[in-house]
Amino acid sequence: MPDLKRIPLGAWFGLILCAIFLFAAIFAPLVAPHGMGEIVGDVWAPASAQYPFGTDNLGRDLLSRMIYGARTTILIAALATALSFILGSVLGFMAAVAGGWFDTVSSRVVDLLMAIPTLIFALVVLSVLPTTVVTLILVMGILDSTRVFRLARAVAVDINVMDYVEAAKLRGEGTGWIIFREILPNALSPLISELGLRFIYAVLFLSALSFLGLGVQPPEADWGGMVKENKDGIVFGIPAALIPAAAIALLAISVNLVADWVLNRTSDLKGGRGNG
Amino acid sequence: MGTSIPVLIVKRVGLGLLLLLAVSILIFAGTQILPGDVAQSILGQSATPQALANLRAELGLNDPAWLRYLHWLGGILTGDLGTALTSRQDIASSLWPRLKNTLFLAFWAAAISVPLAIALGLIAVRYRNGFVDKAISAFALASTSFPEFFVGYLLVFFFAVKWQFFPGISTVYDGMPFLARMQAIALPATALTLVVLAHMMRMTRAAILNVMQSAYIETAELKGLRPIEIIRRHAFPNAVAPIVNVVMLNLAYLVVGVVVIEVIFVYPGMGQYLVDHVAKRDVPVVQAVGLIFAAVYIGMNIIADIVAIVANPRLRHPK
Repeated sequence: MPDLKRIPLGAWFGLILCAIFLFAAIFAPLVAPHGMGEIVGDVWAPASAQYPFGTDNLGRDLLSRMIYGARTTILIAALATALSFILGSVLGFMAAVAGGWFDTVSSRVVDLLMAIPTLIFALVVLSVLPTTVVTLILVMGILDSTRVFRLARAVAVDINVMDYVEAAKLRGEGTGWIIFREILPNALSPLISELGLRFIYAVLFLSALSFLGLGVQPPEADWGGMVKENKDGIVFGIPAALIPAAAIALLAISVNLVADWVLNRTSDLKGGRGNG
Repeated sequence: MGTSIPVLIVKRVGLGLLLLLAVSILIFAGTQILPGDVAQSILGQSATPQALANLRAELGLNDPAWLRYLHWLGGILTGDLGTALTSRQDIASSLWPRLKNTLFLAFWAAAISVPLAIALGLIAVRYRNGFVDKAISAFALASTSFPEFFVGYLLVFFFAVKWQFFPGISTVYDGMPFLARMQAIALPATALTLVVLAHMMRMTRAAILNVMQSAYIETAELKGLRPIEIIRRHAFPNAVAPIVNVVMLNLAYLVVGVVVIEVIFVYPGMGQYLVDHVAKRDVPVVQAVGLIFAAVYIGMNIIADIVAIVANPRLRHPK
């Protein structure tokens, strides 16, 4: 365990915010003062003691919807990230270990998928698929797994030539053993450092899709969708849409701060939000 | 001996065209995941079997997928993008003005963000680990974490609604005077700039820092040049290739990031057109716009590679 006193201020800020967001997401029905779809007051009522963030475009309590929204947004983003990691790393390791035609074919397919901007390809596919949560997770996870694949393959190619892997092969271990018992433990740290970035990317991506009306469908609450629901208020000077948007930004910043600390990353040529 | 530059460029462009062909297959295949459902989704559940059969015949859905693909590809190569299912309008004629609008917006965002990013990156290196550098890093962290619509609506909320400097909705039309047009795109262009600025700046900083660690920079320091002179005369020329690469990649992102920004500001560009028709499940429009976005993106990447080949002699001698 790291020494608590040596955690920098930024990381503390990130950790505490992440904990708050997670707590809200897990215990949403207990924490939220009102129900998710419950109409409690006027449309776009200003912030008050009773409704700390005011009410939304249908008169629902914005704070309660934010809390339920945390649940939807974080859960879908986490599942998509998990899918992209499992798919990307297993295929990437397999490509590195097996080599030959499997490596060539999978690498070229990944190159091809990455030649199209992620958002554009997601929109193309979502134009024919039904917009359900499962579709969203599958589309986001599969498209994002291309990036994990590249990283996993690059890391595994290096590990694959190590003596202990050679020894395991000579011992007669199968591919499954090589991948899960030799390569995976040694590839874990670069992969975990990527995890935070991919999660942020998934949150931003999901929010963008929902904002465009192609992600999570109403009446389900999710932060990107809430921005869409309340955006018409902006021109009347009602900041309701800014609150869920700020929550997304805050979540992304806090995960970034934590990831930065875990990694002790310096500014390098990686990072950013990818090609969108 | 390395290969000559023109040969390398022709090879790279050829490779890009091949990639574009593969991408067109992928985009076409991506819309065929639910075969035969297009007619059903246009007409809805209550459609009569006769109407369905008619529409399928009209759309050529009875042909095998590869034949439809060839038909589609042939149309695109001759400039015929097909007709929209929902409005029955010719796609190409409604697309070109929108493409012009999108490129206009992206051009001005690029014209602001590229010089700004390079200047800020240079300043960050000059005052490394100082206050300015830290401030720039903090800004970069914020900017990569903010969703586009947060930046966009913040701008609208303050500049359009509270202080009323600029319009919150960017209406542009043909024959609009240049200044009025510039005022209309002021906010979306600013939002786009903010979205790409940080990444471009951080990578500029990293590229120059990388150069700053080489031996000739140390020599320049030892001979007593001022730091800003070292950056201008010695570091910058060597960092140009990686910086151009960063710039092109970010411009490619800009053309794509435009999708969300256009929806925020109700700007009549390609992105809004795409999103509208995805919601309506108008597959021909989605395919056409998706392919154009992909083509622009691939084109930017080819240019980045060519600049890198021209600027860096080492890339002309592949190992």
